[in-house]
Amino acid sequence: MIGVISYLVFFATTASILAIAVLGLNLQWGNTGLFNGGVVAFFGAGAYGTLILGGTAQAGHLGGYGILYPLALLGGMVAAGLMAWLVGLLTLRLRHDYLAIATFGVAVAFENLMRNAEWLAGGAKGVRGFERPLREALGDGFLYNLIFFAAVLLILIGVYIFLERLVASPFGRLLRAIREDEEAAQSLGKNPARVRLTAFITGSVILGLAGGLYGTFYAFVSPQDVLPTLTFQIWAMLIVGGAGNNRGAIFGAFVIWGAWTASGWALSRFAPVDVQLYTGSVQFILIGSVIVGMLMWRPQGFLPERLVVSQRGKP
Amino acid sequence: MAEPILSTERLGKSFGVLKAVDGVSLNIRKGAITGLIGPNGAGKSTLFNLLTGALRPDSGTVRLNGQDVTAMAPDRLFGRGLGRTFQIPRPFARMSVLENVMLAPIGQTGETISGPFLMRGRMQQEEQRIRDKALEVLDFVTLGALADHPAGQISGGQMKLLELARVLMGDPALILLDEPAAGVNPVLTATLIGKIEELNRQGTTFVIIEHDMDFVMRHCDPVIALAEGRVIFEGTSDEALRNPHLLDAYLGAPADV
Ligand SMILES: Nc1ncnc2c1ncn2[C@@H]1O[C@H](COP(=O)(O)OP(=O)(O)OP(=O)(O)O)[C@@H](O)[C@H]1O
Ligand SMILES: [Mg+2]
Repeated sequence: MIGVISYLVFFATTASILAIAVLGLNLQWGNTGLFNGGVVAFFGAGAYGTLILGGTAQAGHLGGYGILYPLALLGGMVAAGLMAWLVGLLTLRLRHDYLAIATFGVAVAFENLMRNAEWLAGGAKGVRGFERPLREALGDGFLYNLIFFAAVLLILIGVYIFLERLVASPFGRLLRAIREDEEAAQSLGKNPARVRLTAFITGSVILGLAGGLYGTFYAFVSPQDVLPTLTFQIWAMLIVGGAGNNRGAIFGAFVIWGAWTASGWALSRFAPVDVQLYTGSVQFILIGSVIVGMLMWRPQGFLPERLVVSQRGKP
Repeated sequence: MAEPILSTERLGKSFGVLKAVDGVSLNIRKGAITGLIGPNGAGKSTLFNLLTGALRPDSGTVRLNGQDVTAMAPDRLFGRGLGRTFQIPRPFARMSVLENVMLAPIGQTGETISGPFLMRGRMQQEEQRIRDKALEVLDFVTLGALADHPAGQISGGQMKLLELARVLMGDPALILLDEPAAGVNPVLTATLIGKIEELNRQGTTFVIIEHDMDFVMRHCDPVIALAEGRVIFEGTSDEALRNPHLLDAYLGAPADV
């Protein structure tokens, strides 16, 4: 029994962390129409940033600053934001598909850098020597995971409320207008370049937060964690859940992560041994089919974006 | 003549070998409703795009209230009181009609990322005012009942009305309207011009591109005519009517023999 609950907590923690990432992408794509094809780079910047800043001293690579955990997490977010700022300045002029290709390239470059620059982040071996916060007080067992899950859930709720308020405000209106028709918005006195950059950075900081929590959860991050697969997963979550709808983003994260986990389990249980070698690839194909199918049959997602209306007659 | 609100000097813009706007110098009188006429492809919409910064001219200058604003970005020009509508409507399709209009006022408190959190009270008061005004403007252009519809799902004529409502919402001192009456039913057109004249009496300057000569002769003064990117006529509507050269260019033949 405790095994099942323990597993559910583990599952829900991962799904909640991914949901935070999907919310970040939703601000960029769902609300502003910015196609971030390199989600994993910003997620990775958060994870690497947090672990390098908050870890204990390690021979052979940067880090070991042992900074107080909340500050390390914040540092990871700042790292993601700085990267977004740089990438944004260089690429936001490129619109739509060009932006997608440019950001995808950034993500590949990021992974390569992490894999090859051993002095920076341990190369292929990843960043080691990170102590999870409060581990001495809480130990390594079920209790720790439960409390960690509660913390992640609170952060998810906080991010959700922040974004809900933001998109309901005139700023959200501005994002949607830029998404719909940049030139028309500009003719009404709005500065598209600034709005796009603000949305891109803010979304990336949220992606960095998710990455930081992910790294914390596993107390480890390596180039294997910043593969393009994760970008596709997060995109699938948003498309299935409903771009432009924050609840949809969270819903999509749980559904897709559930399907991913279940398919992995089913393949390992029932598939012939020689197919099991390719579990990752099969899952990859599955997720691709889900994206394509969804775009064909229900492009607005399970929970479509809601129209902001007048509330005429309400106080 | 008093200082013009907007003026151009030898403004030019080519697309490849085509000179869409070819050395246009003109003055727009403050407080007037100027009619801009000319055959299809004369360069009228292109001229609007040059005036509003949507296109960068190859040559020449644009002055707004005496200041050189050549190729200044459209958003900054809107901030200086220059508004425009598009010939082909550009609604924010997946936003409600109301939201389309509420977007327009500049410098809204909640328009920054921190505003909605740090100045929440002020933002909400402001939103209430903007919403009331937007509903008023929509009622005026007869779109009140459609306030909660997605703007992408209203008719073509209604989209033209929405264009107008959006720009009126920003209270510009000078408004450039690109065929505001095209596709709008005649009764409503009469109401619209009534409102335009009322705003004009309160001080708003208009430049209107329009193909309906009757409309132009009745409501616009002065009239400027473009053909093949050049100004071929500038004068009062009476003079325009009596100008054989103009009728020639515009209608392709003298009016009566
Ligand atoms: N973006 C563009 N690229 C290439 N050619 C263009 C572009 N915009 C306009 N043109 C050309 O410039 C010329 C002037 O076009 P413009 O739209 O200004 O005409 P107009 O006077 O507004 O005509 P209409 O009354 O039909 O709206 C046309 O020949 C048109 O084909
Ligand atoms: Mg035109």
